[in-house]
Amino acid sequence: MTGTWIAVLATAAGCYALKLAGLTVPQRLLGHPVTRRFAELVPVALLAALAVAETFADGHALRADPARLAGMGAAVAALLARAPFLVVIVAAAGTAAALRALGVS
Amino acid sequence: MADRADGQAGPGSAQAGQASRKRSSPTRDGLVLGLAVGTSGLAFGAAAVSSGLSVPQACALSLLAYTGASQFALIGAVAAGGGLLAGCASAILLGSRNTLYGLRLAGLLQVRGPARLLTALGVTDESTALALAQPGAAQARMGFRATFGSLYITWNLATAAGAIGAGRLGSPQSLGLDVVAPAAFLALIWPRLRSGAAERGVGLLGAAMALAATPFCPPGVPVILAASAALAGALAAPKGGSP
Repeated sequence: MTGTWIAVLATAAGCYALKLAGLTVPQRLLGHPVTRRFAELVPVALLAALAVAETFADGHALRADPARLAGMGAAVAALLARAPFLVVIVAAAGTAAALRALGVS
Repeated sequence: MADRADGQAGPGSAQAGQASRKRSSPTRDGLVLGLAVGTSGLAFGAAAVSSGLSVPQACALSLLAYTGASQFALIGAVAAGGGLLAGCASAILLGSRNTLYGLRLAGLLQVRGPARLLTALGVTDESTALALAQPGAAQARMGFRATFGSLYITWNLATAAGAIGAGRLGSPQSLGLDVVAPAAFLALIWPRLRSGAAERGVGLLGAAMALAATPFCPPGVPVILAASAALAGALAAPKGGSP
């Protein structure tokens, strides 16, 4: 249990330090066009990667969960229809939950 | 926690679009986003306890680390029967994403002194995405604060509820909660994907890299590798794109 506490606190400290470091780096490092563009594009790359990873990855395996895919499909449809954010989320979760309730796994 | 190593959601996952919602207020969007994503703390709390963490340990992670992917990475290592050092390392590696977000947010939020210490805690996928989706710095600050406050409170209450009630709740999957985070991520970058070819290219490349690396890397690492897609995009068109 002590070891687990150490791991919990070390993870918390490390994660916080990394957050603080990003806010503390001198802004002049962002003056270079390539650096600035990189910082602008990073969230796009990471969030796109997270979206597909959380849709398809199951540990080391890639898996197409039909209900989850349908939920993401509903999200895309809502986005194409310019639905507000909350509608997109509810459409995605509701579609997946409804299909699972119907026995789609 | 938007980043979940294993496909759960958490702090760190979304943004709203300026193009698609002209009448939206950043504060309202941030509150909604925090509430919606924060409920996935139920899944984290329940998973943490079933992995072998105590309720206080699960709550400490959400209060202090406050970044979903890293938290899921650590409990994954605990559940796998130890490997605490590797678990810590992968959790912290996942957290490096937030450093990159901070680089981008620093100029926008303009925080100095002690306020920076609190602001740093609030840097997650979700607060970053919502702040960057705003048309100006003032709206970005409002959106960041609203998302941070709403998500922090919801995520921590949900973590505690999930940890205490582990086993008594319905499965998060039966409620479709596993789709909340990826759908939120997609919604948050949607306006940027619409805004430029470079953004679309970087998004597609990042997504493809994450998928390709998944079978060969520990959970969470493929997403970090995807940051190199942003580097490729920056080198290809350093002047292009949106502000």
